[in-house]
Amino acid sequence: MAGERRAHPWMASSAPGALEVMLKEIGAASVDDVFEQIPKNHFRSTPLDLPPALTSEIELRRDLVGKLRKNADCEDNLSFLGAGVWQHHVPAIVDEIVGRTEFATNVWGSYQSDHGRNQAWFEFNSQLGALLNLDVVQLPVYSWGCAIGHAIRMAARITGRTRVLVPALSDPERLSVIRTYCQPSGMDGHIEVVSLAADPTSGRLDVGDLAARLGDDVAAVYFENPSYLGTIETGAAEIARLARAAGAETIVGVDPASLGVIRAPGDYGADIVTGPVQPLGVHMHCGGGAGGFIASRDEEHYVRAYNGFLVSVVETREPGQLGFGLACPHQNSYGMREDANDWTGNSTYLWAIAAAVYMSLLGPEGFRELGTLIVSRARYAARLLGNIDGVRIVWPDTTFKEFVVNFDDTGRTVAEINDALRARGIFGGKDISGEAGGLGQSALYCVTEVHTAADIRRLAGTLTEVLR
Amino acid sequence: MTRLPDFHAARWDEPVVMELGRPGGRGQHFPAPEDEVRASVGVDLIPEGMARTDRPDLPEITEFEAQRHYLHLSQMTLGMMGVSLFGTCTMKYNSKTAEFATLRPELAAVHPYQHPDTLQGVLQIFHDMDGMLRSLSGMDQFIFQPGGGADAAYTMACMARAYWADRGMLGQRTEMVTSVQAHPCNPATAAAAGFRVVNLPLEENGYPSLDALKAAVGDRTALIMINNPDDMGIYNPEIREWVRIAREAGALCFYDHANFNGVMGKLSARELGFDACMFMLHKTFGAPKAGGGPAVGAFGCTEELAGYLPTPVVVKSGDRYTLDDDRPKSMGKIREFWGNVPQVVKAYAWTRAMGADGIELGADISVVTNNYMDKRLSEIPGLAISNPDVSARRMEMTRWSLGPIAEETGIGTVDFANRMADYGIDPWWMSHEPWIVAEPFTPEPGELWSKEDIDLWIDVLAKICEEARSDPEMVRSAPHSQAIAQVRGDAFEDPAKWAMTWRAWKRKQAGADQVERGVA
Repeated sequence: MAGERRAHPWMASSAPGALEVMLKEIGAASVDDVFEQIPKNHFRSTPLDLPPALTSEIELRRDLVGKLRKNADCEDNLSFLGAGVWQHHVPAIVDEIVGRTEFATNVWGSYQSDHGRNQAWFEFNSQLGALLNLDVVQLPVYSWGCAIGHAIRMAARITGRTRVLVPALSDPERLSVIRTYCQPSGMDGHIEVVSLAADPTSGRLDVGDLAARLGDDVAAVYFENPSYLGTIETGAAEIARLARAAGAETIVGVDPASLGVIRAPGDYGADIVTGPVQPLGVHMHCGGGAGGFIASRDEEHYVRAYNGFLVSVVETREPGQLGFGLACPHQNSYGMREDANDWTGNSTYLWAIAAAVYMSLLGPEGFRELGTLIVSRARYAARLLGNIDGVRIVWPDTTFKEFVVNFDDTGRTVAEINDALRARGIFGGKDISGEAGGLGQSALYCVTEVHTAADIRRLAGTLTEVLR
Repeated sequence: MTRLPDFHAARWDEPVVMELGRPGGRGQHFPAPEDEVRASVGVDLIPEGMARTDRPDLPEITEFEAQRHYLHLSQMTLGMMGVSLFGTCTMKYNSKTAEFATLRPELAAVHPYQHPDTLQGVLQIFHDMDGMLRSLSGMDQFIFQPGGGADAAYTMACMARAYWADRGMLGQRTEMVTSVQAHPCNPATAAAAGFRVVNLPLEENGYPSLDALKAAVGDRTALIMINNPDDMGIYNPEIREWVRIAREAGALCFYDHANFNGVMGKLSARELGFDACMFMLHKTFGAPKAGGGPAVGAFGCTEELAGYLPTPVVVKSGDRYTLDDDRPKSMGKIREFWGNVPQVVKAYAWTRAMGADGIELGADISVVTNNYMDKRLSEIPGLAISNPDVSARRMEMTRWSLGPIAEETGIGTVDFANRMADYGIDPWWMSHEPWIVAEPFTPEPGELWSKEDIDLWIDVLAKICEEARSDPEMVRSAPHSQAIAQVRGDAFEDPAKWAMTWRAWKRKQAGADQVERGVA
C-alpha cells in the first residue's frame, strides 16, 4: 500500500486504518476533533526539531552503542575512584533478576497482583535489618544524601529542635544535598547545619568539640562509619551516648559492605541509620546506581516520622498465609499532600530488589569474607603507596576501604598525577584538594574486593614511575 | 463480548528468604586476601570495640536457590504482563535494546568522577537529550539530576528559593499556589522546601476560576505549580491567562508535565508562558518504572532561571562535552551526581526511536484511544464520568467513578481492582488524594495498547459489574486466582502488629504466643 505509513513497532494503533476504526466509533471526522478542548492559539507555533527517527532496532542499537563506546570504563581501566559510588562486584544473578521484565516494568498493582515484588521489597528490609541489627527499614530514597536529609528532618520532627551537627570532613556532594533539605536560613522550617571538628591525628570526630556543641537546641548528631575519608569511627558509642544525654538523636551513615566485619550500628546506640544501597549489587552506572536507605528501632515515634514506604508483612484471608503491604500509609504525601512527612514519589525501589538478591547470595559468611578482603587489600594498598617517596598516607591503619593519599612532598598536583595515571590506564583517586580540612594536594583512594594484590602493585609501580 | 481469559497467577507458596537454606550454605565466595597482603598487613584489622562479633541473621542458600527464589517472586508479579491502563503513569513498552545497552560496561562500569575526556559518550547522550527536550518544551536548559517527578517538583521549589533569595525577597515570597487536584507531590515538596501552600478549589468546569487565582496570587507568591491537562482529562483553556496573571504578580510558573502524553509535540510550555517544566522520563519517554524507580524528572527552565540549577550542567564547547560546576548562583545539589543515568539513556533511545512524527502520532493515538474508551465505558450501567457537565472530548485519560454501582451493590473501586487481576488484567489506578469523585478509577490507554487490549480491559470491567450485582461477596473477597488471597489490613496502623522486617515479625509473633499462653 504505497503512501501509507509503516506501523511503528511500539504502537499498535499506528497500523494502517487502526485509528480510523476508533475515530468512526466515536463519531469524529478526524484526529483534530479529539483535541477540541485546546484553544487554537495554544498549539505550538513551530514544528518539532528532532533528529531523524531510528525506528529500526539495528539503527538504534548502533547509535546507542556507538555513543557509549566513547566512554572509557573501569573494566578496561584500573580505577581507584570511590567517594559515594564504589566499584564492587555485581553477581550475575542480580542482573538477571533486576532485568526481569515483571520487575522492570511494574508500577503499582494490588497487594495480591504485586505479591512477588512486595515480598522482594520486604526481604530487602529484612536482610538489611539483619545487617544493621534494627527492626525497621524503609524502602530506599533517591540517594544516601537524600536519606540523610530525610533522617535529619525526622529527627527535627521528633525532637522539635532545629539544629544538626555534622562532621566538618563530610563529602561535599552529600553535604550539599543535606543543606538543600535543611532549607535556607530565614525560612520557617530551617534547620541549622553546624560543623563538628575532626581529630587531626585520626580523621575521627573530635568528641570534645561535640560535647561543647551539644545543647538543648540540637535535634541530631550525624556521623559516618566509616567516615567520608575512610576512617573507622572508634568513638561511635561515645558519640551516641553524648547525643542521647543531650536529648538529641544519633544518626549514623554506614557502608553496608562493611557490616560483615564492623559492628552493627544498632548495637552502638544509633537511633536512625542511613547508607547507600549501591554497594549491595548495583552497578556504578555513572552515579545512576545511587539509592539511600533509612532504618531505625521499631518504636512508634520513629515509625510515625518516616516519609516514604514502609512495607510490612501481614496475614491474608487464608489462614497461615503471609502477604505484604504498606504500613502507616496515612503519613506520606500521597495521602497527606502538604501535611505529610516531607514527601515521597518514585524512588529507587528496583535497587531494593537488587540488594535483596545480593544479600541473600552473600549470607553471613559472604559478608564476613567481603569485609575481610576489602579491609586487607585497602590497608595493603595504603602501605604500598605510603612507601613511595613523597607520598604520605594521611591516617594510616584507620581505614576500611578508602584512604587519603597526600602528594604535597612530590611537588605535583593530584590533577597532574591523575592525568599521568590515566594515560597509563589507571583512574587515580578522587581529587579532594580544595575540600574542607586543608589536606593539601590529596586524593581519596578506594580499594574493594575487585582489586587484586597485583592490581595494587601495578598502581604502586605506576605511581612510582609517574612521580619519578 | 470477547472471551475472557481463564487466568491463574503463579502460586509458588514461596517462603520468605530468611526461612530458606541451611547452616553453612553459600551463594558466593570471595577469595582470601593474597599471602603478600596478609604478610604485609596481618589480620584483625578492625579496631577493638568496632569489630563485629555477632553473625548477621541472613539466609545461607546456594546460588541456584537465590536465583530460583527471586525468579519465583518475579513470576508472582503481574507487572504489565496483563493489560495495564494505569492512569497518570502512561504505561509504555520499555525497549530491551536500550536496557541491554545500559548494562554494557561502557555505562554500568563507569564512575561519575572519571575525567570528562573518558565520559564523552554519556555526556553526548545527556547533551542530545537536553536538546530534544528543549525542542519539545521551548525551554533553554534541562538537567536530569532529580530522581523522579516529585524530585523535579522539589527542584522547582528549591530553585524558587534561590531565585527569591538572590533578590533578597525570600522572607516576603513565602507562598506556593496550586490547585487541589494537582499531584500531591507539588504541595508536599513546596511545603518541605519551606513554602506555605495555597490550594485553589475547583469549579464545575473542572479547574479553578481566574477570580480564585487572582485572589490567591500577589506579592507573597513565590511560585505556582500546575499540571494541564489534569487527571480528569480536562484541559484548562485559560492556562495562558493563568500564567499571565501569576507572572504579573511576579510569581514563577512551573508546568508539571506529568500528563504530557496527549499533548506531545502539540504544546510548548515556553510558548504558554511558563518559566520551567518537568518531564517524567520513566513515563512519557519510555524508560521503565521499575516498581517506583530509578526514575528521572527531567527539569527544564528558561535562561533567566538556569543560573540557579543544581550542578553539574552538561555543556558542549567545540566538539567536546564537559560538566559545568562553576555556577555561583546554583541552588546546590538536589541529589548526588548527575541523575539516574541509565534511565536517561533509555529515554534518549525512546525519543530517537519515535522521532518527531512518531511522538506526534503517539499523542494522537493516546487521545483517540481514550475517547474510544470513554464511549464504551459510558455504555456500561453503573459507571459515571467525572465532571459530567464537561461535554467536550477528554484528553489522554479520564477519571471515572463507580459511585452508582457502589451505591447499588456495595462493591467499590478497591474491590474491582482486586478482582481485575483474576482475569490477568493489571489493577487500575484509582485517584490521587483527595478523591474528587466517589470510588474513582482512571484508565489511560496510551499509544502502546491495541484496540483488542482495550476491549478486553473494558469487557473485564463490564463482567465485574455483573458479578458485583450477582455475587457481591465473591467480588468483595477477591482475588481468587492470585499468588495469595486478599491481604488483611488490620496490622498496617497497629504498632503491636506491623512488622517491617522479619526480625520484627518473629519478635512480635513470639510476643503474641506468650500472650496467648498467658506468659506476658
